[in-house]
Amino acid sequence: MDWAIIGVYLVLVLIGWISIYAATHTSEPGSLISWGSRAGKQFVWILTSIGLAGIILYIIPPRLFEIGSLPFYLFVLGLLVLVIFVSSDVKGSHSWFNLGPIRFQPAEISKISTSLLLSYVMSQQGFKITRLKDFLLAVAIIGVPMLVIIAESETGSALVYVGFIFVLYREGLSGWWLGVIGLIILLFVGTLTWGAFWSILVMTALLVLCNIVVGNNPERLLRLILGSAFVVLMAHVPALMDWLHSLVQARLDWMSTRVWVPAVDEDYHYFWSFVLKIQPIHILLFFSALAFPVLLYRALVGKKRFLLITLGVYLAGVIMVFSTDYIFQNVLQPHQRGRIEVLLGLREDPAGLGYNVTQSKIAIGSGGLFGKGFLHGTQTTFGFVPEQATDFIFCTIGEEWGFAGCLVVILLYTFLIARLIIDAERCRGKFTRIYGYCVASCIFMQLFINVGMTIGLMPVIGIPLPLLSYGGSSLWAFTILIFIFLALYRDEKKYF
Amino acid sequence: MTGDGRHIRLLIGLGAAVLLLLGNIFTLQIIKDSYKEDADRNSTVRETIYPIRGTIYDRNGKVLVGNKISYDIIVMPREVREFDTLALATVLNVTPEFIRNKLEEYRRRRSSIGSQGVTMMRMVPAEVYMRFDEVKYRFPGFRGQVRGMREYPVNAGGNLLGYVSEVNQAYIDKHPGEYRSGDYAGMTGIEAAREKDLRGEKGYHIYLRNSRNQIEQPYKDGAEDKEAVPGRDIVTTIDADLQQYGQELMQNKVGSVVAIEPSTGEILALVSSPGIDVEQLADIGKHYTEIAQNPYKPMYNRAVQASYPPGSVFKLVNGLIGLQEGVLRPEMYYPCSQGYHFGAGHKLGCHAHRSPINMEESIMMSCNAYYCYVLKNIIDNRKYENVADGLDAWHEYVQSFGFGRKLGSDFPAELSGSIPSSKTYNRAYGRGRWNSTTVISLSIGQGEILATPLHLANLCATIANRGYYYIPHIVKASEGVEIEPRFYEKQYTMVDTLQFPKIIHGMWLAVNAPAGAGGTARVAHVESLDICGKTGTAQNPRGADNSVFICFAPQDNPKIAIAAYVENGGFGAQYAAPIASLMVEKYLTGDVTRQGLEDRMKEADLMSRVKRD
Repeated sequence: MDWAIIGVYLVLVLIGWISIYAATHTSEPGSLISWGSRAGKQFVWILTSIGLAGIILYIIPPRLFEIGSLPFYLFVLGLLVLVIFVSSDVKGSHSWFNLGPIRFQPAEISKISTSLLLSYVMSQQGFKITRLKDFLLAVAIIGVPMLVIIAESETGSALVYVGFIFVLYREGLSGWWLGVIGLIILLFVGTLTWGAFWSILVMTALLVLCNIVVGNNPERLLRLILGSAFVVLMAHVPALMDWLHSLVQARLDWMSTRVWVPAVDEDYHYFWSFVLKIQPIHILLFFSALAFPVLLYRALVGKKRFLLITLGVYLAGVIMVFSTDYIFQNVLQPHQRGRIEVLLGLREDPAGLGYNVTQSKIAIGSGGLFGKGFLHGTQTTFGFVPEQATDFIFCTIGEEWGFAGCLVVILLYTFLIARLIIDAERCRGKFTRIYGYCVASCIFMQLFINVGMTIGLMPVIGIPLPLLSYGGSSLWAFTILIFIFLALYRDEKKYF
Repeated sequence: MTGDGRHIRLLIGLGAAVLLLLGNIFTLQIIKDSYKEDADRNSTVRETIYPIRGTIYDRNGKVLVGNKISYDIIVMPREVREFDTLALATVLNVTPEFIRNKLEEYRRRRSSIGSQGVTMMRMVPAEVYMRFDEVKYRFPGFRGQVRGMREYPVNAGGNLLGYVSEVNQAYIDKHPGEYRSGDYAGMTGIEAAREKDLRGEKGYHIYLRNSRNQIEQPYKDGAEDKEAVPGRDIVTTIDADLQQYGQELMQNKVGSVVAIEPSTGEILALVSSPGIDVEQLADIGKHYTEIAQNPYKPMYNRAVQASYPPGSVFKLVNGLIGLQEGVLRPEMYYPCSQGYHFGAGHKLGCHAHRSPINMEESIMMSCNAYYCYVLKNIIDNRKYENVADGLDAWHEYVQSFGFGRKLGSDFPAELSGSIPSSKTYNRAYGRGRWNSTTVISLSIGQGEILATPLHLANLCATIANRGYYYIPHIVKASEGVEIEPRFYEKQYTMVDTLQFPKIIHGMWLAVNAPAGAGGTARVAHVESLDICGKTGTAQNPRGADNSVFICFAPQDNPKIAIAAYVENGGFGAQYAAPIASLMVEKYLTGDVTRQGLEDRMKEADLMSRVKRD
């Protein structure tokens, strides 16, 4: 039995419970354990979770997880579909079952069933991920619940399933897939959130970096310096252009107030109006277009396969960025555009663009090194941060406990994930190992998306922080996920 | 199966992702400070307490600008519930459309307004506010806020006093950190000149609030609150009675009168006509378009901004320079045959008077030809290598009288006028391709010479002081208000003191010579006041000549120096001289004996002569 994981689990759950109390104590009077407040309810969820953990560890025979994975998967899939038709509308999504006082989200349980079935299928004799048929089977197991969840308008929850790619990678999937899928997501989200310039600049940086890391060139250091210098320089172009444009604009404004001298002023005006039209993206593309043929020539002549491939990917990326941009701006109907913007958190909230993220950043940013102290946060307790007990629970930690608190919490998660990977690696049974990776991936994805969202690194995607956020479904789901692994792992030890 | 070390790569990836998160959190919490301020602003609400603006007094303690209570109507759009628009409109004296439009505008801007309050109406008089106050419980989301409003007991003219209005973004940007939107600031005149003293310091109450903008409690029980500090009072150099009298005399005329106390440089009156009526000044926002579209440009402060050719009054300057340079002696006689003839058939005309005449007579009768000789002698002087050097020497003299540059008064928006130098003509004609006859109209204050009425008044004060002036200023030092030491320093001209009496005698004759002697300014004569003056008639390419007059009195120990400039007023003696003379009489004796003249001046309407843009 890995008591370290159980220890970290308990600490995180307790931190969550206290933070929920801190986030809600002004708006919901009541003690930590009374049913009237969220903190009180969470206490009940924690007790029941511990009960669940006990059942999983000591009552259910571990073999059952393996044997029952397929029926369980199908059952949960049925629930996922069912919920679309019977659920009430909660903030536009149809993913909640209302059972009297209790509501629960099958999407949370689906993580467990998908992990189990994926582990079961991939641990079968003769399964090879590199074989197309097997690969497609694995993708289907992951993809089907994902699609159903998207149909429930819970796209955020669906995004977590992308994390299973790490499991496939561990089991032999080519690293290229990881890179390409990562790049596609990065470019798509990047183009819509930060714009084409930054997306292409990030891609340029990646191209430069990859070729330096992969090639075994003696001029590596020089290239690294030159490459990063170029990228850093380019990163300042937008600010520089802004400054230049404001100067030019001021000059043109001034000109419009004085007597017009046709011969001189028209040329002048034409020239500077042209300068005003130049955007940062043009400058970046100009340099890219200069460098591209040179690099292509070197790749072809020197037979540098990696460079050639990355150049191809780069070109495809640029095309994708522009087509994304073009389709988004010109082809999509306004309401379709709106839906995507909401999905990406570009236009989520009624109080104005980016209200949630701004408030959340203010809350975390005002925490400083050691925070404002327990129950002394003004942002979270006075209700500036939305969803402060659920999706934005990390804000409370950031504001009241400061960087120290954030560091501790994130390191606890890191320890948990790393420990899961290491334990999984030690297993003889393929099923346990793959399942361990599934658990680690799920926790990692939700941690990264959730924390990234609160600090403005990710779009606003409404998913809870594992174990910390208020809510029974999520806590139960992660408890079950983790403790099934612990049960399997303990069982594993019996071989020794 | 070890998975060819892939778990190591995944662990490294995990580490990188965690570092990315922690790095961002570190930046947010430790490196950037702005979020902490935002958090304070987020959770506390400051209710501004606006200070009372300082009072502006005249030199005798009369209130020129005071304050009365008014109110702003503030709306918090989020708190507004359904209400009777018509009833509110009736109470506030506006149309229901006005309220509907405002609310519609706030609805459109709701994301930027959030739960803040916005000002719907400004400067609501107390009577109206009292009515609103009784029924405001029926209009949730609407409240009043006390603001001072300017009050003007004396009609001293809007251009002198200046107006106060809400700052715009450009103003806020120009004064970083000093103003916030909703603040008022003096924009022109004395209000702008002494904005820093007058405005006072804002105070505030701090309350804690939640995100719904509901006030939860006073922050630290009000320990951090700050009382507003009222603005400092300003004592000006203006004589309220004289100023108001000047306004009355100048009504229905375009032009300006500036009066200065020569012994101090204090500006006694600064009239610019047409001006902004003080009735409109308090709530300038309401009248702004109307004022801005008036073809006579009432916003334009002619006293310090209009550049006019000074005309014949400038002969005094040329005479003084001639005396100082030794090329003119009072006993020199020059002929005048209806003007000064030069070149092939060119003539600078003059009116009919006896000839030849000496210097005193030339001033008294304002002879043009005499000063053509004087100017020619100054710039064609052998001691200068060429005419360009001669002109530049002249230029330097003229500048020492304050012409062609800003005098540096404390009044805002003063302009410099212009005085030509050799560069001016080299540019126009080419080096060496012009001579003293080219520039001959400078002798009589025409041509490329431009000066403001303030310059002319300052010239008059300089002559009254026999050779020096104090920089004209509008604010007196008083308790808590200092003026710059430069206002106490004598500014000497390049002409020696002993040259001045010769010229002054000519000015005395112009006003006081017996009838029939040919004095041009006899109309300005007042028994026993010893007024010395000089008329001017400046050509105006846009119509009738401008009427110009400068004078000071009494001859010894002068108490007042004054310049009057009436656009399209004809000869100097027609309008400028009577107006200046009446003002001198009023100031020195407190009364006016020449009732008929006064009535004629007040009633005269020259507006139809003035070309409008």
